[in-house]
Amino acid sequence: MTQPIVGTIPRPISIPVIPLRELLPWALFGGLLMLLLIYFVGAEQGATSIIHGRIVHEFVHDGRHLLGFPCH
Amino acid sequence: MTRTLLLRGMLVGLVAGLVVFAFARWTAEPQVDRAVAFEASMDQAKGESPEPAMVSRKIQRGIGLLTGAVVYSSALGGIFGLVFAFSQGRFAVSSPRALALWIAGLGFISVALIPSLKYPANPPSVGSPETIGMRTATYFLAIALSLATMTLSLQLARRLTRRFGVWNGSLLAVFLFVFLTVTLSSFLPVIDEVPQAFPASLLWKFRIASWEMQFLLWGTLGVLFGWLTERDGNTHTLVR
Repeated sequence: MTQPIVGTIPRPISIPVIPLRELLPWALFGGLLMLLLIYFVGAEQGATSIIHGRIVHEFVHDGRHLLGFPCH
Repeated sequence: MTRTLLLRGMLVGLVAGLVVFAFARWTAEPQVDRAVAFEASMDQAKGESPEPAMVSRKIQRGIGLLTGAVVYSSALGGIFGLVFAFSQGRFAVSSPRALALWIAGLGFISVALIPSLKYPANPPSVGSPETIGMRTATYFLAIALSLATMTLSLQLARRLTRRFGVWNGSLLAVFLFVFLTVTLSSFLPVIDEVPQAFPASLLWKFRIASWEMQFLLWGTLGVLFGWLTERDGNTHTLVR
């Protein structure tokens, strides 16, 4: 044994790093879209409304309560 | 590659959503039903007529819950994929399976666990409609603070481990995370709107079920995403 296992330094070079330039557009548009979806499940027609009424709130009611979002 | 990881995250999230739905249907829905019944009996005792049901309970606990769980999980899975795409190669974890599990674990702690310690999940009939604005704002603020604390601690962990070694550096970073979390959450307003007569055991069961759902969701995300990425040679081939 020449090298103790504890001292092994993980080599990040062995994995391709995605450059930020390539990542950014995906993160921006994808991330925004995902956040919008989470907003519709978690908060729409509670404190704020984009769509008028209560139908979205009532439809996802159980999921909203159980996933921990404030409701009513 | 980012596209693959984003889509994979959403797909894995979809599967996780189905798992969470099945679990919730089995363990959590009885709690919701009991809480709704309690709400109705409270309204009746006050002499108010119960709110007209816009969506029936059957739809709420069936397709409604399914939609909520699947959309939420897929979206979370998508973000998970993006975070994975960023973290790959930037942290000292080289196996995709291990990295995915790390992200899932830290994500569960910062997005689900920590905010819920301050603002736990509430069944129907807990929480007054007048405070919904404040409760929504503080809840999302709690998530944002917890995520910021996690990011900061991870960044500092890098420096601390370099300086004090992996064990002590990590311990210091964890201590910093806990300290910041406790301090910040003590500044967030206390919200306690549980009605006097609400059954304690029901509240307990509901909150435990909510935690279990989150655990299941993040666990499924981490394990499945890691497994698929490890199998897929494209995203983790050795450069040299």
